[in-house]
Amino acid sequence: MLTWIAIFILAALSALAFLMGRRKALGSAGGSPAKMHSLPGYYGTYVALWVGVPAALLLFVSVVFGGRFEYALLTANQPPILHQLSIEQKELFFQDAQALAEGRQLSEALYEPDVKVALEAKANEARGYSNAFKQGTFALMGVLVLAGFLGTFPRLNKDFRARNRVEGWVDGLLMACSIVAVVTTLGIILSLVWESLRFFSSVSPAEFLLGTHWSPQIGMRDDQVGSSGGFGALPLFAGTFLVMMIAMCVAGPVGLFSAIYLAEYAGPKARAVFKPLLEILAGVPTVVYGFFAALTVGPIFRQGFNSLGGLFLGGPLNELGLYLGQVQNQMALVAGVVMGIMLIPFVSSLSDDIINSVPQALRDGSYAMGATKSETVKKVVLPAALPGIAGAFLLAISRAIGETMIVTMAAGLQAKLTINPLETVTTVTVQIVTLLTGDQEFDSSKTLAAFGLGLTLFAVTLILNIVALRIVQKYREQYD
Amino acid sequence: MTDLPITTTTASDRARDIRAAVESRLKTRHASERRFKLYGQLAIAIALSFLVVLLGRIVTQGASTFVVHSISVQVPLDPARIDKTALEGVNYDIIVADAVLAKLGEKDDDYGTKSEAIKDLMSPDFGFQLLDMIKADASLVGKTVTVSGPLRANADLYFKGEIKRSSPEEERTLSNQQLDWLDALKSSGAVTTGFNIGFFTKSDSTEPEQAGVLGAVVGSAMMLLVTAFLAVPIGVMAAVYLEEFAPKNSWTDVIEVNINNLAAVPSIVYGLLGLGLFINTLGVPRSSPLLGGLVLALMALPTVIIATRSSLKAVPPSIREAALGVGASRTQAVFHHVLPLAMPGVMTGSILALAHALGETAPLLMIGMVSFVPGVPHGFDQAATVLPVQVFIWENASERAFHERTAAAIMVLLVFMILMNAVAIIVRRRFERRW
Repeated sequence: MLTWIAIFILAALSALAFLMGRRKALGSAGGSPAKMHSLPGYYGTYVALWVGVPAALLLFVSVVFGGRFEYALLTANQPPILHQLSIEQKELFFQDAQALAEGRQLSEALYEPDVKVALEAKANEARGYSNAFKQGTFALMGVLVLAGFLGTFPRLNKDFRARNRVEGWVDGLLMACSIVAVVTTLGIILSLVWESLRFFSSVSPAEFLLGTHWSPQIGMRDDQVGSSGGFGALPLFAGTFLVMMIAMCVAGPVGLFSAIYLAEYAGPKARAVFKPLLEILAGVPTVVYGFFAALTVGPIFRQGFNSLGGLFLGGPLNELGLYLGQVQNQMALVAGVVMGIMLIPFVSSLSDDIINSVPQALRDGSYAMGATKSETVKKVVLPAALPGIAGAFLLAISRAIGETMIVTMAAGLQAKLTINPLETVTTVTVQIVTLLTGDQEFDSSKTLAAFGLGLTLFAVTLILNIVALRIVQKYREQYD
Repeated sequence: MTDLPITTTTASDRARDIRAAVESRLKTRHASERRFKLYGQLAIAIALSFLVVLLGRIVTQGASTFVVHSISVQVPLDPARIDKTALEGVNYDIIVADAVLAKLGEKDDDYGTKSEAIKDLMSPDFGFQLLDMIKADASLVGKTVTVSGPLRANADLYFKGEIKRSSPEEERTLSNQQLDWLDALKSSGAVTTGFNIGFFTKSDSTEPEQAGVLGAVVGSAMMLLVTAFLAVPIGVMAAVYLEEFAPKNSWTDVIEVNINNLAAVPSIVYGLLGLGLFINTLGVPRSSPLLGGLVLALMALPTVIIATRSSLKAVPPSIREAALGVGASRTQAVFHHVLPLAMPGVMTGSILALAHALGETAPLLMIGMVSFVPGVPHGFDQAATVLPVQVFIWENASERAFHERTAAAIMVLLVFMILMNAVAIIVRRRFERRW
């Protein structure tokens, strides 16, 4: 509430500053804008920016970090009575003190009478900090507003280069926005690396990357996480690879041939129909593919394999028949095939672009030598487009590795080191989801393992993307 | 040439040989040409048939959700059974079940097995309706009131043919007697079939027949609002900077490579970022639309930037030069002339990026959005659920009745995505200018 009032007052002051600045500048030019360096509005905007923005930034920072700052102050000196409490109890104590100060609902923890007294004292202290912090923030905001006004308003006259100053602000804002992208990457890397370092302090990287035993659930119960050997992620990598290979076996040929057909054979009308239809396939959310895999493709495949197994029973392939008879809904094949369907439009639209950017002169030369269309495609266009298509495939592979919903809903949870597509496998992304959903302590090795997996995933996809984008770019330059 | 002693006969012979050889090879070459073209057509056919099967399957699975079987029961509120001092403690479900039994003309045994069996056919919502009525007006006790609502999911599935009488009794969730009652109620006209409005006006529930998508739709809308307010302005301004103002140096190269890579980072990594940075470091409330919007905004940002840059590139340089020529500053030229002309492309790209964000699920699972949230979220910092996550939650539910609701929720999700895409296409068709 107080924050909203502050925002309102700040906006009003800025508007006032705008009017005053504009008026003063106009006055100094004798009311004739033609004699001024900039349009009158720029003078007003310049003052308004200095009046409003620094104070608004301060308010923003205090709203985002204020609570944590107060909490840190509150926990700085702990009454001696708290030493008997555990760390969690202490945390609860301080949270309750804050809640009491703000008149919010307390937690359901029961306190001894003497602790209760300390709680009341702390609540009073918290109230004091909160008030002091608010007063300090508002005072500082007032100072900033005043300084902004006094620093700019007296300098206004008709020769003041107000437009250039305002445009300097605009430039700064634009640059800050473009830095957000870099900050995002840094944020990703830092949060992944930070949590992963904590994970790797208990599990060695070699064990994580090469170990074959994955059972993070044991790790949660047992304090000796590193020694239980439950964090060997090799089966996950194998499962990810298997699903990815199956997906590429579906998406690769179908996507590539669709692209060849669309680029070389289809007329403009057919292209105008087929291309958007394929793009619908690309626009379907992955959770829908997951639903389709789990409740349609899975049961169909299972029934198919089970009845196929029934045919072999009693014959020379009895063993195989028995095996096929007990195939389950959740298998690598289902996830892989559905993921392949998802990737078809991705492969085909990228390959389509690349085939289209092969210069027409190459084709014409080939036709002039008497080659047929398919011979031209096979012997001239594809070899010329090969690096680009390889890049497109690498991008598709990176997509397949990072895809989460389909595998979560259709691949299963058992970490198995297998290349049998009929087995249940689990992938890196599935494990990240299972480790991080549900309620648990954030600091346990189990949740930290998810960040280790996330870092691996990020690194692999990043390398694939960089290589692929480089290849595609190099290839484009070649023909530009 | 003249010193070659070639007679005319051998020359024509050889020509004939070559012609024959070429023709026989031509046949195989044309055959392989046809084959190759067929592969292409086959690939397109396979891709499109996948599309048809996928969408067709979802429509056939979900269509039955929009039909619901309801019943309206007159319940006598016997004062002997309703303790006015403890209204919450009364077993209203049994009172309703007894009223239905009376309607069927059956008499219950001493153990109440029949009313228990009837209770399993009625939604527990009836009990809550009675409680609310009596709470509002205590004088109703002793009178007869009418409650109406959907049958329980299993009974609904029976009327829809999902549970068949032909299957063995022990394999169904409903007994033969229950099926007889349902048939009797149906033939007496007590059970009515209607459009399932509740699916659009209710939120998530543990009872399939009471579950709806309203909470998820509102949650999705709130989250997209946050995403749009963050990703679009920041993305457009970043693109304007990179395209119009940035000097070409290694720093801008870094930003450029970075943006291209961010667009290809797996979405689940953004979820980890949300967990590690927004929840653990900045203390944004878990599973709130604010948090989801923040994470999705970061995800949508590269797409918005790339789309904006390409539409800025498409504005011819003559526009800029003309503006600069009449004395505008660079900032004025960009904001008064170039950006407005690029706006249709920017809007199209942004809407498509938002449509993509609407369907995103994986990062939201990381930030705690999988929890069960009944009701409509009231604020941006309250726990909420969104459509794709609702799909995921219902798909995981064990009751069969949730599966048709999953497909129906997917249909709702797809309708919203199609609408957004249609808007994007209309914007592009109507306002885009080609130079």
